[in-house]
Amino acid sequence: MALLEIENLQVHFRSGDGIVRAVDGVSFQVEAGQTAALVGESGCGKSVTALSLLRLLPEPPARVAGVMRFEGRDLLQLSEREMREVRGNAISMVFQEPMSSLNPVLTIGRQIAEPLRLHQKLSTPAAGRRAVELLDVVGIAEPARRAGEYPHQLSGGMRQRVMIAIALACRPRLLIADEPTTALDVTVQAQILELVRSLQTQFGTAVLMITHDLGVVAEVADRVVVMYAGRKVEEAPVDALFRHPQHPYTAGLLRAVPRLGAAAAARLAEIPGTVPSLRVRQAGCAFAERCPRVQPRCGTEPPPLRATSAGRWVACHDPLPAPTST
Amino acid sequence: MTNNPLLEVVDLTKHYPVGGWLGRDQGLVRAVDGVSFTIARGETLALVGESGCGKSTVGRTILRLVKPTRGEVWLDGQRIDQLSSRALRSLRWRMQVVFQDPYSSLNPKLRVRDIVAEPIRNFALARSPDDLDRRLAALMDQVRLPRDALQRRPHEFSGGQRQRIGIARALAAGPDLIICDEAVSALDVSVKAQVVNLLQDLQRDLGLALLFISHDLAVVEHLAHRVAVMYLGQIVELAPAAQLFADPQHPYTRALLSAVPIPEPGLRRERIVLRGDVASPLNPPSGCRFHTRCPQAMDRCRIEAPALRARHACLVACHLIDTSLQGAPA
Amino acid sequence: MSANPTLVPSALPELFPPLRPQRGWIAFVRRHPMVALGAALLTMIVLLAALAPWLGTVDPTRISPIARGRVPSAAHWFGTDMLGRDLYSRVLYGARVSLTVGLAVAVLASVLGLVIGTLSGFLRRLDGVLMRVMDGLMSIPPILLAIALAALWRGSLGGVIVAIAVAEVPRVARLVRGVVLTLREQPFVDAAVAAGTCTPMIIWRHILPNLAATMTVQATYICASAMIIEAILSFIGAGTPPTIPSWGNIMADGRAIWQVKPHMVLIPAVFLSLSVLAVNLLGDGMRDWLDPQQPQRI
Repeated sequence: MALLEIENLQVHFRSGDGIVRAVDGVSFQVEAGQTAALVGESGCGKSVTALSLLRLLPEPPARVAGVMRFEGRDLLQLSEREMREVRGNAISMVFQEPMSSLNPVLTIGRQIAEPLRLHQKLSTPAAGRRAVELLDVVGIAEPARRAGEYPHQLSGGMRQRVMIAIALACRPRLLIADEPTTALDVTVQAQILELVRSLQTQFGTAVLMITHDLGVVAEVADRVVVMYAGRKVEEAPVDALFRHPQHPYTAGLLRAVPRLGAAAAARLAEIPGTVPSLRVRQAGCAFAERCPRVQPRCGTEPPPLRATSAGRWVACHDPLPAPTST
Repeated sequence: MTNNPLLEVVDLTKHYPVGGWLGRDQGLVRAVDGVSFTIARGETLALVGESGCGKSTVGRTILRLVKPTRGEVWLDGQRIDQLSSRALRSLRWRMQVVFQDPYSSLNPKLRVRDIVAEPIRNFALARSPDDLDRRLAALMDQVRLPRDALQRRPHEFSGGQRQRIGIARALAAGPDLIICDEAVSALDVSVKAQVVNLLQDLQRDLGLALLFISHDLAVVEHLAHRVAVMYLGQIVELAPAAQLFADPQHPYTRALLSAVPIPEPGLRRERIVLRGDVASPLNPPSGCRFHTRCPQAMDRCRIEAPALRARHACLVACHLIDTSLQGAPA
Repeated sequence: MSANPTLVPSALPELFPPLRPQRGWIAFVRRHPMVALGAALLTMIVLLAALAPWLGTVDPTRISPIARGRVPSAAHWFGTDMLGRDLYSRVLYGARVSLTVGLAVAVLASVLGLVIGTLSGFLRRLDGVLMRVMDGLMSIPPILLAIALAALWRGSLGGVIVAIAVAEVPRVARLVRGVVLTLREQPFVDAAVAAGTCTPMIIWRHILPNLAATMTVQATYICASAMIIEAILSFIGAGTPPTIPSWGNIMADGRAIWQVKPHMVLIPAVFLSLSVLAVNLLGDGMRDWLDPQQPQRI
């Protein structure tokens, strides 16, 4: 049994001008201690998936269906009180914007101590001491002094380290990182990715990394799930995905990314067109309009998710051929 | 390459006073501190650096959206930084801008037609209403948008399409120079490729010069002819793109390049991890501003700020280069 | 890591019932009930005021000592006041005063506030002076300020309008200044500057249209506030001259005996409350409707 099993997750929103099907049938699993990456462009539903894992979406405008089994328990069946015990404890999350995720009027020591006092029932002084230890673990110099400072006194990189400290305070089994480095400078990004990797090894936490940056994926992920327009289109181990992508969208993405040090091409490979509206449930494949390998049935028949080799799945009627030898 | 650059910037400086009461300043944010470079016709110069390095401020100062504290800006041989607003306005058609955020760089209340026509109207470039329509249609074709887009409002378009509208607006007056201030940074991967290709095509077809401000080094490598690397308000390295990416001289440039994640799993790279975070432009370190994070800092770096010196057809500001030039041990 | 076979979306249920295509008035009312309700209520009152001569009224100033202090009856639908004047007619004609004052003050204060706020937002040197003047005006309670100013133009409706408007201008000016300062930072304004647009055109084409929504909502609140202040001024005798029926006047006339004959105060009070409620609902609803939602990027 995997640590996290998601089956046929659906998240729909009702808005004034229609129903937005942000996630429409996504399934994947995360094993303990592994790093899985959820990749896609804006609007593909990856952040919504992450938020719905912790039941952070307000239920009236949103409706969530499907199965989300964490350590055998279906998270969708839990009451709000039971969910509160999971959040920050067994599963935690790190967000993209550390400035708006940290409370500006509380010291960072107090914010790190909060989950400790809540979940581990530590006394205030004990939690405070543990907070200072955690600051040290995430690589902040002079942790005792920093614990008494406020978020605005720290730089972006340091705030993100604080976020990670808060998230890891109670040794969660799963860490969800929603674009944790997108708002950071590239040199700081390198530090943070390094930190997440080392902490993962140290604590054995599984990581679900949500990102649109394929470079980040290549660095940290063991397995990759590619999403497009609310659906999963491909899943594979990271090496296999980058070397031999099977879904035309994945291949298109990989070609479109400008790579440092790559041979100077005249033009970047484009994917023509734009993402279809999530308000209309596509009859066939959501990528059909932009796909270079499109066939007549792609417009009418949605492609089922098929296993192509050990540990690889593609949702395509005509996927790119897998290599004969790995 | 002629010796008459299209744009020349000499010792450009912008300081922002911070805090203080009635003229007494509490501090000075040295956003840009003595930046000099040139751009030739039809050339793309990229200005790269991380947040707080001042690259956006350089762009805004050249456009006179902000008044420079000191320094000179020459456009095609004419000095523009000291012109009055009115005199400058008549020259503005020659340098246009594309901003980063596609959602706030277009007036939500105007139709696309009016947004793109604004520069044309300002400079009375259309001889008649028909001429205006023709120009607008041609611009839409150039940026690969359908002509009926002119009748719609910005909110009906996606980020990439809005950015094209912004480019159409920048092209409308027929400029020689377009300043792209992180013009593709907010776009998705697939859309970024479309817009980057578009910019390249336009440069080739129209002979545009581009000042490409960005933190995305991979795009810069693809697009730029020359690259200037900025750190805390100063240029630390300025070189032809091929050379900068193949053989970076300044320690910061090397660290920057090694930090960029490459979409190739299993690639073992020697990553230079810098200590600490970028210092604040409010209180830049003494001497070489990079010395607090530099893995190769020497005593001299703390005391004396290095000047930009030429080495192998590029300019570098680093004491290590000096000493190696002089043959002394680093 | 194995994935269970995912069902294709067409095999998965729709989580929401299909939306009926909403078009026209009904859809609008359903989505913006407050705007609809406020507008409907206000329209009714406006019609009552405008069509007053044809709705069974008599001369509201005609005194009839015989019919003093009557409670509502078939002859006098709202009863009469202590001078025998028909209250129904007075209340309907009084609506004209209140609505006129409300509208006029809203327009005047908005225009003045717009000008002052925009000047402040664009000319830094003027900004300090103008805002201190506004602060000074705001530090005086609006009603006292209105009383003082109304005393300057004793006995005229125009004077009342100007007095109340002056008291409301600082709020508008501050709001406009704040929005103008924010708008000036927007990239599309920078783009217009870079495209060679002169400052007056920038204000006209880029700043004002983006102020319209905020100003409209604010104008409704000023209208409501003005109606109440006018009533208060008239109540204490410092507002609308007694020859012109106004809800405040009517309430003032009935003040002495309201415990015995409450209808003289209650009926105009109810009308005033409904009018203010209508305008406030309209304002709240318009704020929700016109406030542009930035597209959320997931």
